[in-house]
Amino acid sequence: MKDIVNETAQDTILELKNLEKRFELDKGFLEKLRFKNGKFTTEERAVHAVNNVSLEVKRGEALCVVGESGCGKSTVARLVAGLLDPSGGEIHYDGTRIDNKSRRELMSMRKKMQMIFQNPYASLNPRMTIQQALEEPVRYHNPGMSRSDVRAKVAEVMQSVGVDPTWASRYPHEFSGGQRQRIAIARALTVDPEFIIADEPISALDVSIQAQVLNLMLEAKDERGLTYLFITHDLSVVQHFGTRVVVLYLGSVCELSDTATLFNNPKHPYTKALLSAVPQLKDDKPNHIRLKGEIPTPINLPTGCPFASRCASADNRCLSEKPRPLAQPDGAMVACHAVEEGRQTG
Amino acid sequence: MSLLSVRDLTVKFAMRDQTVTALDQISFDLGKGERLGIVGESGAGKSITGFALMNLLSRPGFIDSGSINFEGREIAGLSDKEMRPIRGNRMAMIFQDPMVTLNPVLTIGQQMVETLQAHRKLSKADAEQISIMKLREVYIPSPEDRLGQYPHELSGGMRQRIVIAMALLLEPELIIADEPTTALDVTIQADIMELLLELCTSNMVGLILITHDLGVVSQMTERTLVMYAGRIIEAGKTREIINDPQHPYTQGLINALPQQTLPGQRLKQIPGNMPGLTAIPDGCPFAPRCQYAIDNCRRTRPETVSYANVEVACHEVNRLHNTVLEDQSA
Repeated sequence: MKDIVNETAQDTILELKNLEKRFELDKGFLEKLRFKNGKFTTEERAVHAVNNVSLEVKRGEALCVVGESGCGKSTVARLVAGLLDPSGGEIHYDGTRIDNKSRRELMSMRKKMQMIFQNPYASLNPRMTIQQALEEPVRYHNPGMSRSDVRAKVAEVMQSVGVDPTWASRYPHEFSGGQRQRIAIARALTVDPEFIIADEPISALDVSIQAQVLNLMLEAKDERGLTYLFITHDLSVVQHFGTRVVVLYLGSVCELSDTATLFNNPKHPYTKALLSAVPQLKDDKPNHIRLKGEIPTPINLPTGCPFASRCASADNRCLSEKPRPLAQPDGAMVACHAVEEGRQTG
Repeated sequence: MSLLSVRDLTVKFAMRDQTVTALDQISFDLGKGERLGIVGESGAGKSITGFALMNLLSRPGFIDSGSINFEGREIAGLSDKEMRPIRGNRMAMIFQDPMVTLNPVLTIGQQMVETLQAHRKLSKADAEQISIMKLREVYIPSPEDRLGQYPHELSGGMRQRIVIAMALLLEPELIIADEPTTALDVTIQADIMELLLELCTSNMVGLILITHDLGVVSQMTERTLVMYAGRIIEAGKTREIINDPQHPYTQGLINALPQQTLPGQRLKQIPGNMPGLTAIPDGCPFAPRCQYAIDNCRRTRPETVSYANVEVACHEVNRLHNTVLEDQSA
């Protein structure tokens, strides 16, 4: 473990710089039109899904992005994968800026970077056999490869994810959810990627199957030296799988630190509340921190700290000024005025 | 006397060419004000149990045999009309997705008043007063204003609170909650669970909590049933089951959780999948995935025995149980 940490310390595979994503709500002129105080005005509303997110993913690590629904974690994954265009900021992969590249230029990137989605029922084409589905990316990315080599590659990958290669002529509906997710992982692995973006890959699966798929992903990480950007809402999975964790709230980074540091010593009030809300198996008495109110909409973002409206430690500064992530003595980055000033309650 | 007593309940589904058994001789009791968890993976029969208790099974599903005794009355096989004074009134159900439960074209107030007036002779004003009171109980801010709002105007957590308020409107003796927080975020889930726990204990309402989340069961319930392939394979005090599970499946389920393994280590997975209802093996349904399975497990169905304070259906445990009995008599 130690070696990997040292080795990766210098090597950044992915870097997000001040990444922004807005989704315009009112696209046409008539939608923008408002009638206010006897006058017609135009007004543009947008969902601010990702706000000024900067982070680095080191080679060989599993960076987990956690947060509740609507916090922008899936949007981050889609931005990195190039499925969405950022509204601002930069994405660098292996030292090259990729967010401004054309689809054609991104082709070679796609081979290095693969994505696994939440729902294996939706991510596999129901009209393609497993063989066809798995062969397609290999052929696409290696046009010179011979037929028999492609077949051999597919068989090898199927074997490695624990799906019998003799089942290759079957269709996705003939497989269970867990097997389908294995096949989706196999499809990502067929082109020998170095970086995997996994968006809630085990959330749709049952507990006993979750363990199977998570083990598979850990094995692939060790054997192939993969780097993961792992999007999830499940904190127990993060604790097990992640080397570092980013906590997002309303599209902004609250806290970024090593997994062990985050779970042993959470600092941001939101991280604390989030951790306390996870139902514990062995503990009888829940001591969960009750948050005031609910997550505000990302349409009209507050000017100050996005969490201020629900935070017990919020003061005037929190309401007016947005905190920036600041390094803590133990290496964690925390965006919170209360932590900075040491006036956190509880 | 127990509030609910289920004996050998068997539910079948008539398919085109065969009849499959979705619930296989389920028996359990629930005392007044008791909280019971039903856990298992998808397809284990948890939700079917809830539907069968509410008499909400629709074709092709039907109760094949067994009895459901609720407040001293046999309710299995009652007609819809006979069921009406019980359902919603004496026992209420909370479903997973509040957006599906609530009618999108009626205001919250209309839906609550309608429910009240269907069961009680009340004026609209009185029904609204009761509704406001119930909304206040589930910590809905400014409940008077909510009555005029439509479900889409409220957040997911707020909607589920309203569903809980509606379930409590007629002061039922039993609430069946089927994955009530699965669609919600973890901080909202914690709030809703705390609320449900508080309301059930203060009003002495019985709760059947159907979930796949062992953590939730552990915090919410006094007793737990573990289901697998339509059968109860382990039942007992929640604490006993979580701390010292006896059935290999329950053990596997708990051991498979990431928090049971050191970070970065291989998780202890259960091999294979739960069998589909059309292909439940003879003998113990868990035998094909069980590391302790012997020939007898594949041939004969295990009887339920009491062992280490829980009821468990497993040959292996049965064997241990008999050895213990022999030791005691010797």
